[in-house]
Amino acid sequence: MTARPLAPASPWVESVAVPKPSAPPVDLPLNPPPGPAQLFAAFAKAGLMGFGGAQVWVRRALVEERRWMTERDYAEILGLGQVLPGPNVGNAAVMIGRRFAGLPGSFAATGGLYLFPLIVLMSLVLLWQEFADDPHVAAFMHGLACAAAGMVIGNGLRMTGRLRPPPELIAIGIASTLAAAWLRVPLPLIVLVLGPVSIAAVVWRGRRGTGVGA
Amino acid sequence: MTGPVWDLFLFFLKLSLVAVGGANAAVPSMHHEVVELRHWMTDAAFSQGYALASAAPGPNVLFVAVIGWHVAGWQGLAASLIGFLGPTFILAWAVAMLTQRLAGDPRMAALRAGLVPVAIGLILATGLVTGAAAARGTGAEMAVAVLITFASAVVVWRSNLSPLWALLGGGVLGLVLLSQ
Repeated sequence: MTARPLAPASPWVESVAVPKPSAPPVDLPLNPPPGPAQLFAAFAKAGLMGFGGAQVWVRRALVEERRWMTERDYAEILGLGQVLPGPNVGNAAVMIGRRFAGLPGSFAATGGLYLFPLIVLMSLVLLWQEFADDPHVAAFMHGLACAAAGMVIGNGLRMTGRLRPPPELIAIGIASTLAAAWLRVPLPLIVLVLGPVSIAAVVWRGRRGTGVGA
Repeated sequence: MTGPVWDLFLFFLKLSLVAVGGANAAVPSMHHEVVELRHWMTDAAFSQGYALASAAPGPNVLFVAVIGWHVAGWQGLAASLIGFLGPTFILAWAVAMLTQRLAGDPRMAALRAGLVPVAIGLILATGLVTGAAAARGTGAEMAVAVLITFASAVVVWRSNLSPLWALLGGGVLGLVLLSQ
């Protein structure tokens, strides 16, 4: 086997090339990197749309609509954002902004993400008493909350489908889900235990798949 | 800055760096401090603020802005948000710098790739937990709620439609089927 250099970051995405006809094309060329104004606009839209999880909308805007980064790039940044303290999407905004446009990019992405939702939320807080007792509003919001939960689940499944992880990483993902949702293990503990296991699995797969030591 | 504004700033500053998993993971700590220890908010106001922040668009972390505003008005809002988001901004910035500097290092590549399944697993867990919390009411209402969650998940997973349609559809179905 020729020792292919361990080029683009993680080895496992390339190694399992099972075609999935139903998945949208993953390998379209990326668009040129955005400046602070474009970052602000993209994150502002994602924040305003972001019912039940702005992360879903940030991924859609950056990976599928504007194609500034690949699915894998985004997933890796979100992964770092998840294990750092603070909101995962907020951490991702800082890191994505920095990568494309330095400190102005980080401030633009963060500002866009929080500014308009903050205005909407404070308007709701100030106006809420007028709506709180309306059963129609409550019923609509209940249905919306259910759909938002489904959206977060569907988005996680969609990312997994496009990343095409090998079975051991799927098993680790399922273990994380069960530990958090069913066993209610504290998140830092899950990250501290399953994180190293997962990293070891990636290294093992890299050695096996390419013959290059990690 | 004096009194409650400063206290809010310090409290959220301390909470910020232990809030792995975002604001949702820190809500029990906030409740303990804000409601039980300092009596800054009543239990009802806290719950209603959290419900609003969850229902409104945008990151749920904006709940800290609602707390700050309740306790000390617009100054409190700013103090809470800056206290909670400032340290995480700096940390994320530093980590981004480190990862970009070590971009070619295979250990960094393995670290980044290895965190992905855990992160996606935790995101799925968030969806399942909020979905279970939204499945409330009578038996029929619970069935409708689960159906909306399931249908929305399938639409977002398998189609290229904007998730906005799933949200809108869920809201309308709720309006028709979940009104008492």
